[in-house]
Amino acid sequence: MAAISREEVAHLARLSRLAVTEEELDTFAGQLDVILQSVAQVGEVAAADIPPTSHSVPLTNVLRADVVTPCLTPEEALSGAPDAEEQRFRVPRILDEDVAS
Amino acid sequence: MTDVTAMTATQIAGLVATGAASAVEVTQAHLDRIAAVDGRINAFLHVDTEGALAAARDIDARRAAGEELGPLAGVPVAVKDVLTTKGVPTTVGSKILEGWRPPYDSTIVERLRAAGTVMLGKTNMDEFAMGSSTEYSAYGPTRNPWDTDRIPGGSGGGSAAALAAYEAPLAIGSDTGGSIRQPGAVTGTVGAKPTYGGTSRYGLVAFSSSLDTPGPCARTVLDAALLHAAIGGHDPRDSTSIPAPVPDVVAAAKLGATGDLSGVRLGIVTEFGGEGAEPGVTAAFNEAVATLTKLGAEIVEVSCPHFRYALPAYYLIAPSECSSNLARFDGVRFGLRTGDDGNRSLEEVMSLTREAGFGPEVKRRIMLGTYALSSGYYDAYYGQAQKVRTLITRDFTAAFERVDALISPTTPFVAFPLGARTSDPYQMYLADLFTIPSNLYGGPGISVPCGLSDGLPVGLQVMAPTLADDRMYRVAAALESAVGTFTPPAL
Repeated sequence: MAAISREEVAHLARLSRLAVTEEELDTFAGQLDVILQSVAQVGEVAAADIPPTSHSVPLTNVLRADVVTPCLTPEEALSGAPDAEEQRFRVPRILDEDVAS
Repeated sequence: MTDVTAMTATQIAGLVATGAASAVEVTQAHLDRIAAVDGRINAFLHVDTEGALAAARDIDARRAAGEELGPLAGVPVAVKDVLTTKGVPTTVGSKILEGWRPPYDSTIVERLRAAGTVMLGKTNMDEFAMGSSTEYSAYGPTRNPWDTDRIPGGSGGGSAAALAAYEAPLAIGSDTGGSIRQPGAVTGTVGAKPTYGGTSRYGLVAFSSSLDTPGPCARTVLDAALLHAAIGGHDPRDSTSIPAPVPDVVAAAKLGATGDLSGVRLGIVTEFGGEGAEPGVTAAFNEAVATLTKLGAEIVEVSCPHFRYALPAYYLIAPSECSSNLARFDGVRFGLRTGDDGNRSLEEVMSLTREAGFGPEVKRRIMLGTYALSSGYYDAYYGQAQKVRTLITRDFTAAFERVDALISPTTPFVAFPLGARTSDPYQMYLADLFTIPSNLYGGPGISVPCGLSDGLPVGLQVMAPTLADDRMYRVAAALESAVGTFTPPAL
């Protein structure tokens, strides 16, 4: 049985903000199925009482003194922007027209 | 002057230090070599001719002024295109960042500059460092100088091929699951993954933040150690950077070069045996083990029962982190924006931009990670993989109570023909079978050439405990002293 269906892959693509083509969906569904069946092997390990590791370095909060240090100018920060206006990133509309009006 | 492109970084630095050659002459020789051969190799995505010559002139001026320069001053270096370079294009091998010129330098690049090295340019890579062959680069594959119909490994195939083709004596890579070590193995060069947190991730375009580790690539173990020392150490701008000094990897490489490993215990992982590696790789590895024994090392077998789950755990953890990290490529602050016709919504433009900007492997991993992190699957996939990561770490800890370091082949197979594994992504993933455990654990690993199989290089991997990077350099340098270095046929 397939681990993942074409419909599920289409859903994942939407969640991932990828406007994939029908042809890609066919390819990815088969490939992701093979990969998922392989990685599902982790389920064989008895690990109910094992704590998870998110990171190999024991993490504590890293703080620094509250002192101003040099940083990018607004011009530098916007230098790679596809669109900018008045020192801001300019984006396509976020709300539907009838809602926005 | 003999051909400087054939020299080690140590030799070049010596020439520059004594004034026998200028940094400008050395740099120009490498730029000429790149111009002559890179059309056939495609190791570089961008050659910064003017920047390199300006940096070289600066070094020459400082030397003339009597300034004390570091051990790598005047040595050219190639930098994987995963690290930001101020004003110099940084693409990560992706169309989504085509033409982007970052407004800041990564810490690694800052330190390379501070060390007086000369950056030649940016090297080709699998898109976002996801791959084992450099075939997933949006800018065409890099070719292996040993056989240009074969892959140079990946994701850092450009850096490794630049070394093997004598286009650069030093290079920088990044290793998330083997992307420094596996290209090193299949090109007959040296590649080291430092302890996670031992080299800064500031300005390293993120793939899987709990695993990503920048590190040195070179043609000799000593050169790699010198580069490691130059770029390593604590960086307050990286919150997972370890506030501890870098072990003396240069001294360790020099000690190893004496060829004496008496008193050193090396472990062979039982679970890596069996059908993992192809016969030619196994044969070269076994010969290297015999050599290490002759050098005085004691070899024992150790069991790491959870290593067989490292690959599946990695292909849940890394895609999960990637799906989150790559959300930033949304066509808003930098990079590509597609389909913004004034009518489409932000979400539509974002989806069209990511569809156009990302290649197939990146899309696969984003969707795989999105799946593994989604409610209902989280515990069975991502959560379980994190528990397996704990067990793999415990396997390493137990092994290092018995041995000083572990050894294995670096990768199961020699350089394969271009196109051989692209249609079946999981077959590509197997290239990292032996390198992934160290990434999950966080400890250092190095690949050093150990022999040939049918005329193609085989690498031996040395894995050491966290913050004991010096140990792997000692073992690798000892092996190198016995087997020598490997030179591909003339291009």
